[in-house]
Amino acid sequence: MAYQANTIFMRPESLSENVTHYCPGCTHGVIHRLVAEALDELNLRERAVGVAPVGCSVLIYNYFNCDFLEAPHGRAPALATGFKRIRPDMIVFTYQGDGDLASIGMGEIVHAANRGEKFTTIFVNNAIYGMTGGQMAPTTMPGQRTTTSPAGRDVNLVGYPIRMAELLSTLKTPAFVARTSVHTPMHAVQAKQAIKKAFRLQKEDKCFSLVEVLSTCPTNWGMSPTKATDWLAENMMPYYPLGIFKDPEAEEASS
Amino acid sequence: MAKKLMKGNEALGEAAICAGALNYFAYPITPQSEVAEYLCWRLPEVGGTFVQAESEVAVGNMLFGAAASGKRVFTTSSSPGISLMQEAISYIAGAQLPVVFVNIMRGGPGLGGILPAQSDYFQAVKAGGHGDYHVIVLAPSSVQEAVDLMIEAFDMADKYRNPVMLIGDGMIGQMMEAVEFPEERRKPNDPTDSDWALTGAKGRKSRITKSLFLDPVKLEENSFLLADKYKEIKKTEIRFEEYKVSDKNRLLVMAYGTMARICQTAIDELEEEGISVGLFRPISLFPFPEEAVFTEATKSNIEKVLVVEMSVGQMVEDIERCVKGQREVDFFGRTGGIVPTPNEVKDKVRELLGVKK
Repeated sequence: MAYQANTIFMRPESLSENVTHYCPGCTHGVIHRLVAEALDELNLRERAVGVAPVGCSVLIYNYFNCDFLEAPHGRAPALATGFKRIRPDMIVFTYQGDGDLASIGMGEIVHAANRGEKFTTIFVNNAIYGMTGGQMAPTTMPGQRTTTSPAGRDVNLVGYPIRMAELLSTLKTPAFVARTSVHTPMHAVQAKQAIKKAFRLQKEDKCFSLVEVLSTCPTNWGMSPTKATDWLAENMMPYYPLGIFKDPEAEEASS
Repeated sequence: MAKKLMKGNEALGEAAICAGALNYFAYPITPQSEVAEYLCWRLPEVGGTFVQAESEVAVGNMLFGAAASGKRVFTTSSSPGISLMQEAISYIAGAQLPVVFVNIMRGGPGLGGILPAQSDYFQAVKAGGHGDYHVIVLAPSSVQEAVDLMIEAFDMADKYRNPVMLIGDGMIGQMMEAVEFPEERRKPNDPTDSDWALTGAKGRKSRITKSLFLDPVKLEENSFLLADKYKEIKKTEIRFEEYKVSDKNRLLVMAYGTMARICQTAIDELEEEGISVGLFRPISLFPFPEEAVFTEATKSNIEKVLVVEMSVGQMVEDIERCVKGQREVDFFGRTGGIVPTPNEVKDKVRELLGVKK
């Protein structure tokens, strides 16, 4: 019998060949890949426009093979709104961190979701400001040490971490809102499913979609990559439960 | 086309439609909310896009995203709202995208008031946001000129891939005047073959619209590229108008926008008294008519220059710069919503020329 080699795993067409600048153990690379796979599998790359945030993933446009816009800090949902309203035939997604989306960009994301803008947001939550050097974010865990909360986040002074998926799912406007994680391969597979569904709903012109992805920042957490994944599971997951918080298809089915 | 009696704000909206600009993002603010109230029904009628944003910060950034599509996009606002858009304007200038902004100016600083003023000259002309950049600034003095310049603003924005801002005081927005629109509305532009618009990486390499250049060499390159563009704009886009300028003039009044029209009345009445005064009205505030200001102000018959503004003195600094100390440059201004009257301008001219009433 002739031996035949088949390619079963390769770089998604939506990813470029550039080497990322991310720190060892950072999960941005994994999340980039999941987004790229979703674009490939739904055949969306050629009409996709990404909106880059400010933060560690500001250079995301170097790693994708699709058109990209680079937004001011927190404003990606406004840019996405502007673009998508004029080109509803294109597939638009924002890729934002927690400082970008939950702090400076809180207004933009809430109103874009509430208007039901038909783009997709990938919200990477690693509970800290990465690029600026590990400052406290609105998502920083109680007691978590950062460069601006060296004694740990004091909830009496700055309140509790904001749960964006829960907050956005209170809006009446139909949307797909899910929280996932990528700290184990199994979780990454589930995250991929949610991301793909978010893009599919956009492709079908259904609704706004947001997938929150719990992520690690070994550098600014001051941990090894494996310790960081453990820390995420032990500290972040109880406070930020995974799941689908809002799903227009489930609502349709139950009504 | 027959003339129509129209409020300035509504005429601005219709002018954009005539220019094939069918994409409008806005947030309500006095004294220009009528633009949004007009366009919210008028744009859907012509197949356009109307979005009422959650803030002017969002408006500016929606325009940033929308402009990357290559289609014509615009907004209108008033002073405090324009301040909030400065973030996006800086990014749009850095990323070289065409967007038209209209500022129907009200008194400031802060919440100020809601009555007409010209106190945003510095913000508009000197670039109100961060970084080395300029927006093209045009200042109409009538509703008709606002319509004409609005249409031209889109051509300029596209030609230079640069933000263009029309600045009109509140009177331009609130006043009703007879206006004439072009016979035919322009079709919206088709960016399919654009070499910069984001149209999807199909059969070509992916495109990035950005203002970030982490390598200082690249950022300097981009800044000099912009500077070259502004030089080109200075060469080709200077506009001004003169009124009763002659070698009999003893004094030259310099004013822009509605203020210039009030000065015309003063000049007509002074003429009847036997005092010859000319008016120089910059229409493009960036590029500023630097050479023309110098030439006109330094003619041998001109004794003095009087700058009149609805501010405590902003354009006067540019006039002084251009006159290079060759003539005395005086200033008269009222602000906060108080508009100088022809009589006040006449009194100031008589005082400067030592003429008794």
